[in-house]
Amino acid sequence: MSLAGLDLWLVILAAGLGTFLIRLSFFLLFERVDTVPTRVRWALSFVPPAVLAALVAPDIVALSPESFSPARLLAGLFAVAVAWRTESVLATIVSGLVALVVFQTVL
Amino acid sequence: MTSLARRASFLAGARAVAPIMVGIVPFGLLAGATAVAVGIDPLQAVGMSVFIFAGASQLAAIDLVGGDAPAVVVVATVLIINLRMSMYSASLAPYFDRLRTLARVPLAYLLTDQAYALAVTRFGEEEGPRSRTWYYLGAALPLWVVWQLCTVVGIVAGAAVPESIPIDFAVPLTFLALLVPAIEGRATAAAAAVGGGVAVVGAGLPFNLGLVVGALCGIAGGMVADGVGDE
Repeated sequence: MSLAGLDLWLVILAAGLGTFLIRLSFFLLFERVDTVPTRVRWALSFVPPAVLAALVAPDIVALSPESFSPARLLAGLFAVAVAWRTESVLATIVSGLVALVVFQTVL
Repeated sequence: MTSLARRASFLAGARAVAPIMVGIVPFGLLAGATAVAVGIDPLQAVGMSVFIFAGASQLAAIDLVGGDAPAVVVVATVLIINLRMSMYSASLAPYFDRLRTLARVPLAYLLTDQAYALAVTRFGEEEGPRSRTWYYLGAALPLWVVWQLCTVVGIVAGAAVPESIPIDFAVPLTFLALLVPAIEGRATAAAAAVGGGVAVVGAGLPFNLGLVVGALCGIAGGMVADGVGDE
């Protein structure tokens, strides 16, 4: 871990302040701007699937042979099925972790 | 508005948020446990929950810090993930426009996916602006308290998790659990497919650029797929 100490505090404060300003934005701007422009709103609606997929995919699929792990891939696919069936965060985490332990033992 | 009515509104909000806590608790425990697992100082893990107070982005930050990402990438990622809150802010702003500016600051700090979802559903059919504020606080404040407590419990309990349990894998699993319901239809599926695909291809890029490029391409992919569907 290369980020620690004061550097990490600065990262936490910057991310926190930025997030707070995003939250506050229209609470203060409302009198000036009626609402988020439709096109911006439209683009923002794709942020959750795009960002979440970009975050999770490299942790499950790796193109280079040395970092590719069949156990992680299989556990990830299993977790997708559970998430799809249950839509439960808890069920997905627990079943995915159990699946990874099982696959790591078996493979 | 009487204090009794304020209390009733606050309690109505708290009642509405209670079942949602079932999902918040494991999420908060993870935020504490995984932060410690990747080597983040316990006090800084609490700092993340207090200052950022946004679960998915905190887990992303923990993941990136654990993977030696540079500071700029960590901050940018948190902000991109939390950009959606500008939509919540815009959507709720008309309901709070009678409040003094200073009173809106704590309301903004407490804004989360869950508080937004509860408030916007209720406000459509609501009476006065005051009772709205107290209902919102009733939903948002307990959520804040539970989140902070769970982070601390996660930090303490995380140290006790046996080595054989791959706790760091819980972070991608959490994102999977959030990703699946976010896919509703062709355009969001395209955003996820492009975002994930580009991120995998770009995984070797320096400064974790694969993540940022993947996210931006995914957003563009979703817009293209949606636009094609219109014609």
